[in-house]
This record gives sequence, structure tokens and C-alpha cells, in this order.
Amino acid sequence: MLSTGNAATFLSETNGVNPYDSGMDALAEVRSLTVELPTAAGWVKPVSEVSLQLEPGAALGLVGESGSGKTMLSLALMGLLPPGARVRGEILWQGVQNKTERFATEAQRAQRKEQTGGRNLVGLSEAEWRGVRGREIAMIFQEPMTSLNPVMRIGAQIEEAILAHEPNARGEESRQRLLTAMQHAAVPEPEIRAQQFPHQLSGGLRQRAMIAMALAAQPKLLIADEPTTALDVTVQKQILDLLDRLRRELGLALLFITHDLGVVAKVADRVAVMYAGRIVEEGPAKRVLTAAKHPYTQGLLAASPTLEKRALTPIPGTVPQLTELPPGCAFAPRCALRRAECDVKVPEFRCVDAGQAARCVLIEATK
Amino acid sequence: MTHLLEAANLKKIYARGGSVFADQAKGDRFAAVDDVSLHVAAGDTLAVVGESGCGKTTLARMLLRLIEPDSGEIVFDGQDLLRLSGEALRTERRKMQMIFQDPFASLNPRMKVGEIVAEPLAIHERRLASVGRLARAGEVLRRVGLDESALRRYPHEFSGGQRQRIGIARALILRPKLIIADEPVSALDVSVGAQVLQLLQALQKEFGLTYVFISHSLPVVAQLATHIAVMRKGQFVEYGPAEQVLRQPASGYTQELLAAVPEIPLARQV
Repeated sequence: MLSTGNAATFLSETNGVNPYDSGMDALAEVRSLTVELPTAAGWVKPVSEVSLQLEPGAALGLVGESGSGKTMLSLALMGLLPPGARVRGEILWQGVQNKTERFATEAQRAQRKEQTGGRNLVGLSEAEWRGVRGREIAMIFQEPMTSLNPVMRIGAQIEEAILAHEPNARGEESRQRLLTAMQHAAVPEPEIRAQQFPHQLSGGLRQRAMIAMALAAQPKLLIADEPTTALDVTVQKQILDLLDRLRRELGLALLFITHDLGVVAKVADRVAVMYAGRIVEEGPAKRVLTAAKHPYTQGLLAASPTLEKRALTPIPGTVPQLTELPPGCAFAPRCALRRAECDVKVPEFRCVDAGQAARCVLIEATK
Repeated sequence: MTHLLEAANLKKIYARGGSVFADQAKGDRFAAVDDVSLHVAAGDTLAVVGESGCGKTTLARMLLRLIEPDSGEIVFDGQDLLRLSGEALRTERRKMQMIFQDPFASLNPRMKVGEIVAEPLAIHERRLASVGRLARAGEVLRRVGLDESALRRYPHEFSGGQRQRIGIARALILRPKLIIADEPVSALDVSVGAQVLQLLQALQKEFGLTYVFISHSLPVVAQLATHIAVMRKGQFVEYGPAEQVLRQPASGYTQELLAAVPEIPLARQV
């Protein structure tokens, strides 16, 4: 029950560029993004040629296990990669907001005026990222207790987020924005909770406080990295319902990262499955989960416990080390359907119908 | 029919509030485990399911007397566990072992894997020489799917799933009758967790093990439980055969838990 604003108002603060009106449908388009990190064993690619589209009001589920690259990808989208990381490819961001220009220099402001839309976030300076992080793209994490300052009251932390992006909104205005953010996150008794410390809140409430903080500067994209993994199942349901509502009511784009296929089924419109740094399958959630085309996705489904008792089939072997990736398909060593063709080179995406594609030589490409 | 493990009216009460001066008599207490009774037949798997803070981990530790119950009875393999002490208790303790949730915290990072897995032998079979202990450790590590070279390595060199296998090996080396597994796959990825569950099932058949399986996840529990107890605020609100609890739960709370599970839409499952 949002008392203030609706999607149109929320988004109308952009610099005359309303994503719904623009030529591009996507809010953000990631094109062939590759992240390289220096390690003792040489350069590794935790993210390799990843392309995605994020649309306002839509939820993209990013599924992957440890070592898949999903967290590194989300950090790349926030400009939070570790120092020394090399990034190639593009993150095209639609809608340059007036608010970001407060941080830009004169020269940068002039340059941005020339751009009609679609700004590449790869290669932004830290100062420029500060204009994007929080106000255009925000993130919530798995362990709210480690993301929250334990010695600061919840309300003060949320206000801190608001004021970081709008230093002029002090006093009454920031107080109002604080309460609005807490209402959006459906925190019960917000005035009381604002005065409490994180340890006084349950896991679910802490996650709501995180969501309130993330939404404080009205971002267009929310990245949620395993936000419910540490929560009880009934609390998880509440948080997932909340995120769904925010997506619909605020027109928020959601990138939801998880290893849980049940959660992704509930949350996402589209699903992308990652393995060893690459997207190996992508498509509408229902299609990918009921008719998966990539053997890894099929393997995950067969290994996922459900309330129906059935024989679980684990995937043999383990996720490869990034320093020891084979020349061909990274999943081939564990794949029951492996052929000689698989080891030659990394398979390209092959389209199945209905917007589903997977990197597997076994797929007969249609159309 | 005698059960391998029977517990009656177990209670564990803690004082609320951190103050040393908290007045116990004023009722400033809460029951972590509040009058719980259970029984497990040999070869069965009892799953105790509940959300955080319900008392399931406290209950698990009470069954092993890692935490002393305030009241109640535990009969294990025909022995009144709470009356035993010293050597007699140690003898019974060999037959019951535990696997923990956190594969990173449950292994001593400064001990080699061989020492970790062989440690129970050092305690319970003192006459066995070090060489003999390591040989047994190597055997059981192989049985859980790890190479014998693991003996000489340290925990940090292994992945989460492998560390969990090490924990299982440690629990198995004394050939126990009962294993209490406290959320053994919660910290693991899906495919790794499935491997560990498959291993636990295979070991149960091979060694005739009985399990008490603590979990917050109903789908995981649905895979191997013969019986399920649903715990809430220190009490069992539901207790029965697995099929029954999953399909026709009597308690509203169980229904709520089942309804909250996000389900994967499964197409034509084999």
C-alpha cells in the first residue's frame, strides 16, 4: 500500500528521458561484458562475454552456484569490482538523470548533453559511479547484519543513504523520505523501528531495512544478491512478495541473483543461468524451468529437492576452477551427453523457440 | 518394538536477558525445548523441521548430552543416557555422532584432515597406534568419496562440499548407530548438496544407520525422512510419518510452512 507516488511520478524525474518513451525498451543492456581479475595463477575471467537486458518493471533471475560469476557480475554493474579488475564490453544505461550531474565536471556535463541516451557505464570514474550507485542502481545483499552498521539506529542509516544522494534534503524532508522508504519496504511501526538498532530487528526486518535503504534514492534498478537465502521460508515469502510488489508498483527493474530454482520460479519473468562465468541458458522463466535445454540447467533441476519425494540426481564432479577451464564447453567434463564437438570451442548461443537460447551444440537451432 | 532412541518430556530452560543479576524466580525465562518427546526406530530417519529459534539445534544437542536437559528422559540403545557417566557414558557416546551445518567452522583449521577424522579413534580406541588410526581414517575418507591424499591436507584446501564429507567421515569412523545431522546441506550449493544427500542415503543403507536430521528446509527433508516432527517455540506441533505430515498436515503451522515453500514448476518428471 504505497501512499505516495506511482510509477510515472517516480520515473519522471529523469532528465526529460522517460524510459517508457525512449526508443530503447531496455533500461540497461549489458553487451558482451567480460571481467578479468589478476591472480597468482594468471588472469582469470569470472565473467565472460555476458549479455543481458534489464527492463523496467521486469525481473530477471540470475541462477548460478558458487563460482559461477553471478556475484562478480553484480559488482560490475555497481562499479564495485576489486582494484586491478579489467572490464571489457558495455553496460548501456538508459536515462541520464539530472541528479547525477551534480557530481559531474563541466566538461563531463557537456559531453553527456551530446549523448541522446544510452550511456556506457564501463570505464566510469569513481566520482561518476557515485552518481550512479544508489540513485540509478542499488543493491541488497544476503546478510543484512553485515551490511548494516551495528552501532547506528536504523532510521539514521536510511537517512544517511538519502542524504548521501541529496545533501539538501535535510530536516523535515529527509524525515519524510525516510518514512516513505520504510513504508515502501512495508516495515511495520516505522517510527519505532527507525529508533532501533539492527540487532533488535529480526532477519526479515533487517532485510526490509536494507530494501528501504536501497530504495531511498529512488533507483531504477535493484540488484538483489541472494537476499532471502539466510531467511526462514515464511519470511522469505514475505520478502519475495514485497520485491514483486515494488517491481509492479514502482516500475523497478529487478536483477535477482539466487541458486534456488524454486525462488527464481516465484520471482522472475526471465531466467539466465550462469556457469563458469558465462550465461549458458536464457529464456522465459517458465520455459527454462520446465523445458530446460542446457544439460547444466537440466542437471540443476534434477538435483533440486522438492516437496515431492523423487530420486535426486546430483551432477557428477565439481565446478571447474577458473584457472583450469577447458578450451571448449566448460560444462562438458561433467556432461553425460558430451561429444567430441563440445571440446573444440565454447558453444555459441543457439535459439530454441519462444525467446529461449542455450550454449549447447546439441540444440537444433530453429528459425 | 523397541526404538533405538526414545526421549520423553525433554526440557531446557534458559534465562532471558543478559544480566547476571536477572532474577530467575521472577519467571524471566524461556523454554528453548519445552516438553518434547520422540522415538526413532533403528534404520529410520526422523527429521526435525522448524524455523530459526524454534529449538531444533538445542534439541539435537540434548540428545547427545552436549547440552544437559533440565528434565526428561533419554533412552538410547536400551540405556538410560542421563544416568550414565564416565566410562559408561563414553561407551554409549561412541554409538552416536553428529554432523554439523557449517563445513567451515566445524573442522579445526590447524589440524590436518587425517588427524581430524582420526581424532575420535584417539579418544575411544586408545590402544590403536597412530599408524592404525590414519589407515582407518584413509579408509573412511575413501568411502565418502575423497582421495587418501586428503589425509595430509588442511581443511582450507577443500571446498564446502568436500569439507562436509570430511565431517561425515569423522562421524562414521567409530561405526555409530545413530547420526544426528544438523542442517548438513544448508550451506551448500544445490548440486553439491544433492551429492551429500545421496551419500548420506547410501551410507544409511550400507551401515544400517539411523538418522535424526535437523533442517529448516521441507524439500530437503522430503527426500529422506521416514518421519517428520515440526517444531515451533520449543514444542512439536506436528509429528508423524513423512508422507502424512507432507500431504495431510494437521497443524496450521505446518500448512503455513508448506505453502511458503517456493516450488519449481516441474514438467513431466521421471
